[in-house]
Amino acid sequence: MTPHLHKDYVGAKFGMWLFLFTELILFGGLFILYAVYLSRYPAAFIAAGAELDLRFGAANTLILLTSSLFVALSITALRLGKTRQSLWLLAATVASALLFLVNKFFEWSAKIQHGLYPASPELQAREIGETVYFNLYYLTTGLHGLHVLIGAVVIVWVMVFIRQQKVHRDDWVILENAGLYWHLVDLIWIFLFPLYYLVL
Amino acid sequence: MSNYPAGDRGFLGDPKAPGFLGWIFSTDHKRIGLLYFWAIVTFFCVGVLLGLLLRLELFSPGVDFMSAQTYNATFTLHGVIMIFLFIIPGIPAAFGNLIMPIQIGARDVAFPRLNLLSWWLYMIGALLAITSLFTGGGPPDTGWTFYVPFSTQTASNASLALFAVFIIGFSSILTGINFVTTIHRMRTTGMGWFRMPLFTWSLYATAWIQILATPVLAITVSLVMVERLLGIGLFNPTQGGDPVMYQHLFWIYSHPAVYIMVLPGMGVVSDIIPVFARKPAFGYKAIVVSSLAIAFAGSLVWGHHMYTSGMSDNAVLLFSFLTFVVAIPSAIKVFNWVTTLYKGSIALDPPLLYALSFVLLFSIGGLSGLVLGAASADVHVHDTHFVVGHFHYVMFGGAGFAFFAAMHYWLPKIYGRIYSKKLATIAWGFMFVGFNLLYLTMQIVGVKGMPRRYYNYLPEFTDLNRLATVGSWVLAIGLVIMFANLFHSVLRGTPVGPNPWGGASLEWQIPSPPPTDNFGENDPVVTHGPYDFKEAGIL
Amino acid sequence: MSSESSHIVPYRTFILIWIALLILTGVTISVAQIDLGPLNIWVALSIASCKSALVVAIFMHLKYEQLLFKLALLSALIILAIFIGFTFIDVLYR
Repeated sequence: MTPHLHKDYVGAKFGMWLFLFTELILFGGLFILYAVYLSRYPAAFIAAGAELDLRFGAANTLILLTSSLFVALSITALRLGKTRQSLWLLAATVASALLFLVNKFFEWSAKIQHGLYPASPELQAREIGETVYFNLYYLTTGLHGLHVLIGAVVIVWVMVFIRQQKVHRDDWVILENAGLYWHLVDLIWIFLFPLYYLVL
Repeated sequence: MSNYPAGDRGFLGDPKAPGFLGWIFSTDHKRIGLLYFWAIVTFFCVGVLLGLLLRLELFSPGVDFMSAQTYNATFTLHGVIMIFLFIIPGIPAAFGNLIMPIQIGARDVAFPRLNLLSWWLYMIGALLAITSLFTGGGPPDTGWTFYVPFSTQTASNASLALFAVFIIGFSSILTGINFVTTIHRMRTTGMGWFRMPLFTWSLYATAWIQILATPVLAITVSLVMVERLLGIGLFNPTQGGDPVMYQHLFWIYSHPAVYIMVLPGMGVVSDIIPVFARKPAFGYKAIVVSSLAIAFAGSLVWGHHMYTSGMSDNAVLLFSFLTFVVAIPSAIKVFNWVTTLYKGSIALDPPLLYALSFVLLFSIGGLSGLVLGAASADVHVHDTHFVVGHFHYVMFGGAGFAFFAAMHYWLPKIYGRIYSKKLATIAWGFMFVGFNLLYLTMQIVGVKGMPRRYYNYLPEFTDLNRLATVGSWVLAIGLVIMFANLFHSVLRGTPVGPNPWGGASLEWQIPSPPPTDNFGENDPVVTHGPYDFKEAGIL
Repeated sequence: MSSESSHIVPYRTFILIWIALLILTGVTISVAQIDLGPLNIWVALSIASCKSALVVAIFMHLKYEQLLFKLALLSALIILAIFIGFTFIDVLYR
């Protein structure tokens, strides 16, 4: 890998987009199941959805949208040569990711304390559709949480690269791709939020 | 155009990356292709041995030497190895890596390190699959389809096998991403879309399926693992789930996967036939379009695996109709191949023999597929040996024979040495006879009502089963001769020049074996199509 | 560096998009308090689609990319829609 080798930015970005499609379709499998089970148990889904705390969901939506803004801004900052600013913006993104996960942790704990976890006696006493809802809820948000974690790790890794001058104003595609990944995490949440917190 | 001085072995002997480590950490697409090739051939041989054991058990009714449990584990293993370790990566990962970048005039694929990662993931997945045999509750016994509810309840080690499938799927996705990006971004000067060889086109279509369908498999097997490990069952009726949804998700991937297996094979055949007929490919654009059409239409027909699952009648009707639609682009290809041969100056060399067998065997498989695609007929032959015969015609007679054709066509390029054509022809004779004896008989015994996946059968099926088992031996003899001939040629074969077959595509314009940097300092400039033999000065 | 990807999006644009996203989030939460029956899920999904269109077009720079990127995204979405739609042909009529 000689540094003088021509670097194909469009190719690198296109490859990343293709990877994002695979992530989209990975979650797509869960969306298919959600859609099928919602059509089968509409009443139970509404009842179970009312159990979720809208405040947690809304807060996490704000956090992710804002973190997406930070990443987008950091790319512009880096390309304008404001490396320090770019690093701070990325640090803010990672902080948002952690905040999101902490929030999620408290949300899950509250649910579990109320006896709402898979195969719990509380759920077994209710209509079976609510079991499906909470199974889906835990698996989907769990998988999404995993992606938040991965995204945060990727961003930290890019920050190291920026500090080492491997990523800079004339060679930013790694940051751009990491940003694309982070936006995907945000995109998935944009759909999860109404599907789980706003069903009525 | 000239070959090397004696002793220079091109990328095989790259001085910058010597030894074993130089191979397994190489980012050269040709070395990665060969790593895949040898791993895939090894797994294929293991799969063949397991298949022979299955046939041996079926030689007579009753227990011959396998218990029901052993039989279940053996056919599961046979299926998992053949599907996930042989056919799916077979042509794209091995020959796609070896040949495709050269065919478009590139130095390498778009993401060479990602390419190496794919190979490592493939090997890790294979290792996990093998580990699953000896750990936990013993070898998985679910069949390669891992249907719920059995796969969530069996005591055998299905979890690890599922994880192996997940990892191998990831490897397949990365290869797909790499190929689509490579074909879009790295074509050399003059290599327009309609100057690409048909093999590269087929890989392009395949790579899109790998990208868009494989993630569904990933989430599906993950959900089965989650149910086994955490007890959260989205397909479990006692938790409100629907087992038929498993079948939907599984086949949303696994039907398109059939085209991941067979499209590259069609590409190989489309590349071979013009060269040995000494004629440009007839209907080049029609073949291209039909590849893309198969990739798309193949994603719409997964329900034809589920006619008897309790799916709604409307869905059965729709999927049955669409299944017949897929036959159209497949037929377009067959007609174009035959027309390419018409009035050609045919050289019946081994690559063409294998390619022609592909056309015939795939057609038989495809036509018996129409029987299964018609819902009313399918209900009667569902889960019988007719189905087993059908998909072996398509998968082995199709993708498998195309893999053999590719070996005979391109291995002389890769190693710069050629095999004995006479032995290759003899091997082909054994395989062709043995193959039809085995799988045609299987279809007949299936129509007569013998179900699949049982170690035992009614006594009236004995004669036909014996015939099929004898066929499996003939086939095996052919395979042994073929591989022995090829392995011998790799080590001690007669040296050949850059273009032993008279091909006009780019891979034949560089020395055999190709140099590490393929075309050297200057990227090639393409001025004619891949089958313009006159322009290329070959005719 | 390749000229095709040299478009630098100004801070202002990003912040305006962010504000739009926050407003849309507010809208979807408020609309969800009104019972629209089965229409509810479609309204929620439409708003989510608008939000994701903004994220994809501006935050992810798709607006500034070649046609190829847009076609590729379109194919992925069509395939996903087919996967969901065809499954429903079974589920709805079972």
